[in-house]
Amino acid sequence: MNDLRYERISKAFDHGKAFIPFITGGDPSLEVTERLLIAMEEAGADLIEIGLPFSDPIAEGEVIQEATYRALAAGCTTDGLFDMIKKARETVQIPLVLLTYINSIFSYGKETFMQRCVECGVDGLIVPDMPFEEKDEVMGVSRKYGVAIISLIAPTSKERIKAIARDAQGFIYVVSSLGVTGVRSEITTNVEEMTEMVRQVTDVPCAIGFGISRPEQAARMARVSDGAIVGSAIVRIIGEYGEECVPAVAAYVEEMKEAVMQV
Amino acid sequence: MENGKYGIFGGQYVPEILMTAVHEVETAYERYKADPQFQAELGELMRDYAGRPSLLYYAEKMTRDLGGAKIYLKREDLNHTGSHKINNVLGQVLLAKKMGKTRVIAETGAGQHGVATATAAALMDMECEVFMGKEDTDRQALNVFRMELLGAKVHAVTTGTQTLKDAVNETMREWSRRVDDTLYVLGSVMGPHPFPMMVRDFQKVIGKEIKEQLKEKEGRLPDAVLACVGGGSNAMGAFYEFIPDTSVALIGCEAAGLGVETGKHAATIAKGKAGIFHGMKSLFCQDKDGQIEPVYSLSAGLDYPGIGPEHAHLAETGRASYVPVTDEEAVSAFEYLSRTEGIIPALESAHAVAHARKIAPGMSKDQIIVVNLSGRGDKDVAAIARYRGVELYE
Repeated sequence: MNDLRYERISKAFDHGKAFIPFITGGDPSLEVTERLLIAMEEAGADLIEIGLPFSDPIAEGEVIQEATYRALAAGCTTDGLFDMIKKARETVQIPLVLLTYINSIFSYGKETFMQRCVECGVDGLIVPDMPFEEKDEVMGVSRKYGVAIISLIAPTSKERIKAIARDAQGFIYVVSSLGVTGVRSEITTNVEEMTEMVRQVTDVPCAIGFGISRPEQAARMARVSDGAIVGSAIVRIIGEYGEECVPAVAAYVEEMKEAVMQV
Repeated sequence: MENGKYGIFGGQYVPEILMTAVHEVETAYERYKADPQFQAELGELMRDYAGRPSLLYYAEKMTRDLGGAKIYLKREDLNHTGSHKINNVLGQVLLAKKMGKTRVIAETGAGQHGVATATAAALMDMECEVFMGKEDTDRQALNVFRMELLGAKVHAVTTGTQTLKDAVNETMREWSRRVDDTLYVLGSVMGPHPFPMMVRDFQKVIGKEIKEQLKEKEGRLPDAVLACVGGGSNAMGAFYEFIPDTSVALIGCEAAGLGVETGKHAATIAKGKAGIFHGMKSLFCQDKDGQIEPVYSLSAGLDYPGIGPEHAHLAETGRASYVPVTDEEAVSAFEYLSRTEGIIPALESAHAVAHARKIAPGMSKDQIIVVNLSGRGDKDVAAIARYRGVELYE
C-alpha cells in the first residue's frame, strides 16, 4: 500500500496522464535550472526529475553523461543544488524528485541528506544504482523523513516485478528498454506486460521512461501506463541552446504534455 | 561472509536492469563451484594451458644483498599471458561457456586483463569485446594490437577521465544493453557480489601454492606475504589462504604515485573513504560530495580509485596492512630486481618488491618474506625508459 505521506507524488498522476521531464541540475548553471523548473511547471509538467550530477553516471547514455560533466565543470555541488531547489520552491508547486547515485547520498550522510530533502521540498529520490536488495541502505532513514524512494523495474526484472511493486512508494519508474538512458527510434519491449504485472499487486502509478523523445512515442507509452518520462531529449535541447534554452524547453514540454493528455 | 558482504563492505549496488544477470552469475557460480567436472576442467586448463603451479623462487642474491629476511618470489609472471590475470579469466570464461553465453566483455587498464580475456575467449570460442580508456589505448597501443590479434574487438572509451574507471563504467553500460548472451568478465576482486568472491576463489590458488611450496622448501609458514594492490586480485589471491594463520603478516602495497600528500596517487586505503561505487561498498578516492576523484600512478594496473571490498574489510579489521609505495620507489625496485635476479617484474609487482627492500633488512635471517610477483615487466620497458628520460625508437 502506498504510504499516505507519499501521496503528494501520486497526486501528480491525478490530472490525466502525467508528463515527467528530467533535467540535469546545474546544466548549464543552477540559475538556468531554477528558471527551467518554473517554466516546465507552467508548460504543464506534472512532476520534475532533477539529476544530481555524479562523476560516474553508469546508468546514463551519452547525452546525460555530457550534461553531468557540464554541470560539474560549472561548479554544481550537492549543497548548491539543494539551495537552488529551496529557492525554486517559492514558486514551484508540483512534486520534485531527485535522481541521485547512491554515493552522493552516502557521502553526504544519509540522515543529513534526507533532512535537506525535507527542508528544500524534495519529495522523493530515484537511486539508479540501489536495487531492491540494497534498498535498506537508505530506506530506514528516508521513511523517517517521509522522502519517497522511487523503485525502478526493467525489461529484465520479470519475476522481480511483483516484489518491487509491493514495496513501491510514490510511483514506479518503468524502464522501457535495455541499456542506458538515451533517445531511441523504436521501443520494442512489451511494456504493457510489465505494467500489468505491477497492476496485479499495487495501485501506485507507473510512468515509463528511457528512449522516449517524440510526442507519438510519449502518447503510446502513456496509453499503457500513467505517464511518460523524458530526459535525454530535453537535456539535448539544453545542450544545444545553453543559457537560452528555457523557451525551447518550455515549448517542448507543452507539446509533450498535450500528446499524453490526448490518450 | 554473508550475501556478498565483508563486514560493512561489499553488496550488489547495480542498476535494476543488471540484477537478473548478476543473480544468474551468482546461481551459476554456486552450482559450478561444487561441480567436480567443472573443477577438473579448470584444473586442467590451469596446469596445461596457464602453466600452473607457478614457481616459488628463492631470491638468494636479493636476500644476501638486503642482509635480512629470506626472500621468495612467487612467479605469477611466468604464467601464460604473463600475469596472474589468466587464473581468473580461465575460470570466468569457462563459467560463461557453461552458462551458455557466447560473448564476453571486459574492462582493462594497461591491457593485461584485456589480453588475458581475449586469450581465454580465443581458446574457448567466445566473441570478445574489451573496453579500454582512450588514454590507455594510446599509452598501450601494443596491447591493443595484441588483443586484436587474439580476435577481440577493442573499444576506446572517451568518456570521463578516459582511464580504467571509465572503462568499467562503459563495460557495465554495455552489459546492461546486452545481457542475454553476454558475461561481464570482471578483472579484479571488485564490483557487485558474486564477483569479489568469485575472482578471489579463482585467484586463491596463488596462496595455496605458496603455502605448499614453502612447506616443502622450508617446512614452515612465511612471516610476511607482500603483494601490490590496485583492485586487489593478485593480493587477495596470495593472502586468502593465510588469513587464518595470524602469524603471517599480509601486506598490500598501494600506488602512492608522486606521494600520498601530493594528490597525485592511487592510494585508496591511505587516502580514500567509505563509499558505494561500481557495484560495491568499499573505500574510494572521492571528494566531499562523493565525486570519484581522478587517480594517478605510473603503473596503469594500479590506477584505480577504489579497492575490492574484502581488502577494505581486511584493512578495517587489521588482519592485513596496506602501505603506500611511490612511482620512484617502484621504478627503482623494477631496476633492482632486473639487475639483481635477472627478473624484470611488472611495474605493478615492483611496488611489492620495493616494500620488501624496505622491510627485509630489519628482519632476522631466519624470517621469510614471500613477494607475489604478479606479472612480468616487458610491457613496462618503454614507460620506464620514458621515466628515465631515454628515447626509444622501434
